[in-house]
Amino acid sequence: MSSVELDAIDRRIILATQAGLPLAPQPYHAVAAQLGLVAEEVMARLRRMLALGVIRRIGAVPNHYALGYVANGMTVWDVDDAEVDALGERVGRLGFVSHCYRRPRCLPDWPYNLFTMVHGRNRHEVIAYAAEIGRILGASCRRHDILYSSRILKKTGLRIGA
Amino acid sequence: MMQQVFERAAAMPMDSTDRRIIEALQEGFPICEHPYAAAAGSLGITEAELLERLRRLLERGVLTRFGPLYNADRMGGANVLAAMAVPEADFERISQIVNRQTEVAHNYRREHRLNMWFVVAADTPDKVDAALRRIEAESGLPVYRFPKEREYFVDLRLKP
Repeated sequence: MSSVELDAIDRRIILATQAGLPLAPQPYHAVAAQLGLVAEEVMARLRRMLALGVIRRIGAVPNHYALGYVANGMTVWDVDDAEVDALGERVGRLGFVSHCYRRPRCLPDWPYNLFTMVHGRNRHEVIAYAAEIGRILGASCRRHDILYSSRILKKTGLRIGA
Repeated sequence: MMQQVFERAAAMPMDSTDRRIIEALQEGFPICEHPYAAAAGSLGITEAELLERLRRLLERGVLTRFGPLYNADRMGGANVLAAMAVPEADFERISQIVNRQTEVAHNYRREHRLNMWFVVAADTPDKVDAALRRIEAESGLPVYRFPKEREYFVDLRLKP
């Protein structure tokens, strides 16, 4: 993915907002006041970063557990290298998949190269979702595993340093 | 501490307005002079009520964040999923070492021989490498690195 040119002012806006937007009627004005900028500039730069994908979106990040998604499975698959990109695109389009990535294997300990996160209200749901992924991967997948999370140790999201 | 917040969040019921707020605000939030008023208007509640409910959802840990979600890749940075096989007796100590790195965006305990999985992300690849090396040096344990080679799909929205 190509990277976007960011200047010092963009970086100050990122630092000021990465932990969250102020809960005040005019949050962009509050950020601007804190940085000695005008609100119009803060809003214009946020719009640009959103348009270029530096910001994926502005919004709420829920805790899975609080919404009842207590079964969170990282499903991992050992998929034929020649097929993994085409199959990864298809698996990523399944409605219940929240993340789908290709990552390197780490042999001999770790044979899996396709990582997909699925969230269910119980483990039966996660197993059914994994079976659906397995049907798409078919014979191109040699083996798979499901790693359930049993505890959230940290969940702050990306924090860049000053 | 974090675990307590999540357990408390799970124990507290949300009403239908909370659910509508979470659903709507996962889709996006406007960039304008009075964005909370605009979002509240589409939800049929007042700006003051939206602000108060967001404050409580964040305080209870039902929401972990509210604001822009930045993408390290697009800043020229890197994103590495990392894993460790942590001995049970040492789990808390190692978890503190990992969690105190600014570059660790999230960290989960998982049921596997590799029982600690965390994402290390920063605006430059050097910072990610340095954080991984610090974790290895301080913990004395090897860290498996799974850098993102290809992103097929990411959508963090959940149906409340």
